[in-house]
Amino acid sequence: MPDQLIFATEVILNGLMAGVLYALVALGFVLIYKASGIFNYAQGVMALFAAMTLVGIMNGQVPFAHLINAVFGGHITHFGWHIPALLAILLTMGVMVLLAWCVQRFVMRHLVGQEPIILFMATIGLAYFLEGVADLMWGSEIKTLDVGLPQGINLWIDEATFNIFGYGFFIDNLDIVATVIAALLVAALVAFSQYTKQGRAMRAVADDHQAALSVGISLNFIWIMVWSVAGFVALVAGIMWGTKSGVQFSLSLIALKALPVLMLGGFTSIPGAIVGGLIIGVGEKLFEFAIGPLVGGATENWFAYVLALIFLVFRPQGLFGEKIIERV
Amino acid sequence: MKKKLATVALGALMAAGPAMADLVFPSLSYRTGPYAAGGIPFADGYADYFTLLNERDGGIGGVMAKVIECETGYNTEKGVECYESTKGEGALIYQPLSTGITYQLIPKTTADDIPMHTMGYGRTSAKNGKVFSHTFNYPANYWDGASGAINYLLDENGGDLSGKKIALVYHNSAYGKEPIRTLEELSKKHGFELAALPVDHPGQEQKSQWLQIRRDKPDYVLMWGWGVMNQVAIQEAANIRFPMENFIGIWWSGAEHDVMPAGDAANGYKALTFHNVGTDYPLYDDLKTHVIDAGKAAGAGDQVGTVLYNRGLYAAMLAAEAAKKAQEIHGTADINASQMRDGMEALEMTEEKMTELGLPNFGPTFSVTCENHGGDALVGVTQWDAANKAWTLISEFKPTDGEVIGALIEEDSAAYAAENNIEPACN
Repeated sequence: MPDQLIFATEVILNGLMAGVLYALVALGFVLIYKASGIFNYAQGVMALFAAMTLVGIMNGQVPFAHLINAVFGGHITHFGWHIPALLAILLTMGVMVLLAWCVQRFVMRHLVGQEPIILFMATIGLAYFLEGVADLMWGSEIKTLDVGLPQGINLWIDEATFNIFGYGFFIDNLDIVATVIAALLVAALVAFSQYTKQGRAMRAVADDHQAALSVGISLNFIWIMVWSVAGFVALVAGIMWGTKSGVQFSLSLIALKALPVLMLGGFTSIPGAIVGGLIIGVGEKLFEFAIGPLVGGATENWFAYVLALIFLVFRPQGLFGEKIIERV
Repeated sequence: MKKKLATVALGALMAAGPAMADLVFPSLSYRTGPYAAGGIPFADGYADYFTLLNERDGGIGGVMAKVIECETGYNTEKGVECYESTKGEGALIYQPLSTGITYQLIPKTTADDIPMHTMGYGRTSAKNGKVFSHTFNYPANYWDGASGAINYLLDENGGDLSGKKIALVYHNSAYGKEPIRTLEELSKKHGFELAALPVDHPGQEQKSQWLQIRRDKPDYVLMWGWGVMNQVAIQEAANIRFPMENFIGIWWSGAEHDVMPAGDAANGYKALTFHNVGTDYPLYDDLKTHVIDAGKAAGAGDQVGTVLYNRGLYAAMLAAEAAKKAQEIHGTADINASQMRDGMEALEMTEEKMTELGLPNFGPTFSVTCENHGGDALVGVTQWDAANKAWTLISEFKPTDGEVIGALIEEDSAAYAAENNIEPACN
């Protein structure tokens, strides 16, 4: 096998893994859009908020410590305990449910029936508010996140591919874990939306708020549920990305990676987010590998959008999106 | 003797004179946003040094120092707004802590006759004071950094880098591209092969670059990163098992928070520097007494002694020394921005002076002149010890390649002068 082909195979595999990480972020957008027709600009910040809360709880950090110290004096920073990762994840999930309730109670509830652009603007406000709260609550410093996920080269794959091709492939253990988790997450979410009463109610709300209300579906409950699930997805994405880079404010920028995935996969399809993520991941990595050196590199960010736009020319609703037919 | 007389004369002048306004040092900080982790320690160090001068010495030359902090969020537009809103407060010097803001402020500060100090960042060719009359970038700039890294590698390789492969992983921005030209010139001079690998903002995803490094197997990797790019690069280098001792970052890629997320895997990573690390200096005893224990530390007070805190402290110290020089030159303690500029242009930092200030061996010795606003361009190297969670200076501050850098500075500053109708001159 020629060297370039071997290298390209390694790039494709890594592209698939990167695509899964993009899809994890895109999933949160899809869930909320599917249930409420809202493009949730705050999804990236929710991932940041969730990851910061998780680290804060694990390390026993006192929330709003800087504020408390400034108002009341003193130097409290930590409670002095360390909470195991699993328990901390559960507690963080509780915080995300509380956040979902707050979003519904103080923002969305007042905007029922408003134009989608109004709802979108509300999520922009929410993003900035949440970023400020996260800063105030947990501080701006970069935090190390270790929930026990493995990182680094997978030696088994390295050795196996070396024996076959004479070149060991690099696959990150963290990416393998992310793939497994994403697969489980998607299976669970698809099953939930297709086969459970709440899932069907969620889809009904997505189709028509008023009609869903008229058949007795609680809009409040559905929205809290959807924002909670999106919060859980944000937590998973935050853990994966935060483990790689430390938990810091640029985590909120991972939303930028989800946009081409959504354009390509469609805003309403959970499998679409995954397939879209994989196509974007492989496409951008292969382009960078093959064409990048000829044009000075750093092609991934813009090529992802070019790829998505090419798909949109042929399928404006995205690969798995619902085709909207408006009759005149 | 002359110095003593000048001090006595200044003291007499102050005692006899009217009440004076504070010496204003605006701090264009960023305590929020994606780059806050780097902005907070610098801003804390900057503020704490002036607090120390006020508390311990009663200010600078008897006039209290006042730090006006303005949040830029590392955003160029906000940085310019901060400049416009604070310059009327009697600002003596600006340190914008951002290359983007620096580029916007070069013409503005020149027009307003306010000096700007861009220590280790900004427009490199501002070293040519004949063209950039109000911009100073002592004690070192990006091109000094590039040359410092190569000189260090030359030392490591018995003075010969021919046939070696060096990769540059850089932030795909004006900042990240700064060293490329210098490194290209140095690669011709020393015969090493250079591969430049850009990383798009913010740098959270670098798999392609590190797969390429794994395939190409460069002998050394240099990094010009900032923010999340640093942490991800160090983690990815660890993932592909690139030897950390062969990985060298610029001084903006060498703080504690850059290496901590990778844990033990970051052990041995190196970074360039133009100041020393740690807290083992007499000045820190005074800081503890007059600032920290007195509850007057800036921010949360939890950044003391970190790399970027020390850099902020050093920046403030150089500003204060320039102010003292200006007071000495103009015979008044109540200096203005124009006089401050004169003080900066006559600044001389000797080891004797650093020792007097309580910071022996903390920074390189250098002097500033009208022709040379960049100092003596001495660069050191630090290394991360993951077990002790500490940086150590492993190479003294050494000279960089003035021949290569000087020519590039001349060329770039001449182009700027031509574009802006500036007649290079020294007054």
